[in-house]
Amino acid sequence: MTANISDLYAQARKGERRPLGRLLSIVERGGPDADELSALIHADAGSAHIIGVTGSPGSGKSTLVGQLVSDLAASGNKPAVLAVDPSSPLTGGAILGDRVRIDREPGGAAARSADRTTAQKHAPFVRSMATRGHSGGLALAVPLAVRLFDAVGYDPVIIETVGVGQVEVDVVSAADTAVVVMTPGMGDSVQANKAGLLEVADLFVVNKADRPGAEDVRRDLDLMLDLSHMTGQESSTGYRPPIVMASALHGDGTSNVWQAAVAHRGHLDATEQRVSRRNYRLQTEIRARVEHGLLLAADALFESAHGRTVISRTEHADLAPNDASQELLNLLLNQPEESP
Amino acid sequence: MADAPIRIILAKLGLDGHDRGIKVVARILRDSGMEVIYLGLRQTTDTIISAAEEEDVDAIGLSMHNASHMTLAPAMVEAVRAAGLETPVIVGGIVPDEDLEPLAAAGVAAVLGPGSSAEEVAATVRQAVNTNR
Repeated sequence: MTANISDLYAQARKGERRPLGRLLSIVERGGPDADELSALIHADAGSAHIIGVTGSPGSGKSTLVGQLVSDLAASGNKPAVLAVDPSSPLTGGAILGDRVRIDREPGGAAARSADRTTAQKHAPFVRSMATRGHSGGLALAVPLAVRLFDAVGYDPVIIETVGVGQVEVDVVSAADTAVVVMTPGMGDSVQANKAGLLEVADLFVVNKADRPGAEDVRRDLDLMLDLSHMTGQESSTGYRPPIVMASALHGDGTSNVWQAAVAHRGHLDATEQRVSRRNYRLQTEIRARVEHGLLLAADALFESAHGRTVISRTEHADLAPNDASQELLNLLLNQPEESP
Repeated sequence: MADAPIRIILAKLGLDGHDRGIKVVARILRDSGMEVIYLGLRQTTDTIISAAEEEDVDAIGLSMHNASHMTLAPAMVEAVRAAGLETPVIVGGIVPDEDLEPLAAAGVAAVLGPGSSAEEVAATVRQAVNTNR
């Protein structure tokens, strides 16, 4: 990395795309450069509407997001998309296929403009990110990438993820507006009442609403929300997540999705929850950073001669796993500087 | 931090619907530890360059099965260089032997024909990226 981080950042703030692309790679790699960037941009971020979109594979998230951002860009907004897809646990490789749905959307005049620079200036910025395994730092990379988009002037910033894995759930639930995409044929009302992502949704989209069973999904969700109301889980401010029917592939209902997201943002502003959400987001990021630091320290300890000795003692009957882990924990917390 | 994985765009340029090969190559590269940004069918030089900038990729892979390689591959290289990018462009698909030299002269980093093994495909991409890095 030869170019200076603050130079790249200054160029990105002027709307240049390539420097932003390079900064996002720095974010993905993590380490001291990413930390420097984090400190540099912190004061500039905080105004964008952060939207998390999640749902099962094949529920139409990418198509919905593609339609949404292309409409937003056509009406003068500057949307950015962070599309998270899983890395293979075996090889670390990944196929990041969200752009297939996102770039292709009828982007109006902007996307078809003959002049590439003009077209580009108005096009949504889309970045694909692979999860890169548990120690790959996704929990650090996503919030920093979101802050970076925010700091250089993109609004809204949309995070798209399958929502499996704790990190993805944390990221989506820490957004200003958490959108859960459902489709017909994915289960009944019992599924809808299981604990999980449905509990953190601020907005439901029943996608593929042209298909049979879409009304059933809406009814099951409605019933689930009635029960949340009954048990008092519904937010104390009386906000009830709306259910929007859409058929993103045909462009139906996506404007309603955006209106519902804007309405939710209005609700956050009116109840001063916008600030508390942002603070919660920062807390989540800090927590993830501390956990990541501990994880790296633990990995180093496992690899160290001392760590291996302690672990190998459990192979013979003289040390139980809980005693070994306690000994390692003591080492970790009392001597964090110890090198392998 | 460990070395970041190679990031590569795979795309088909223009009107060429034969996408079995590109899907096989995507899987081969994924299984050799790379991150494949899959753009798929009917791309233009502009959509590929925009994606290359936003995704900050190390290489661009074009799959060509409709004899357009002598027109579109050099056009792609030219467009990439005109945009100020050094990104290597690799072509895979049906390319007659006599076209290999002109393509190399036009700046195509490598050509992978039918019968290339998974190891060859991955090694060729790695070499093109490392030469450029």
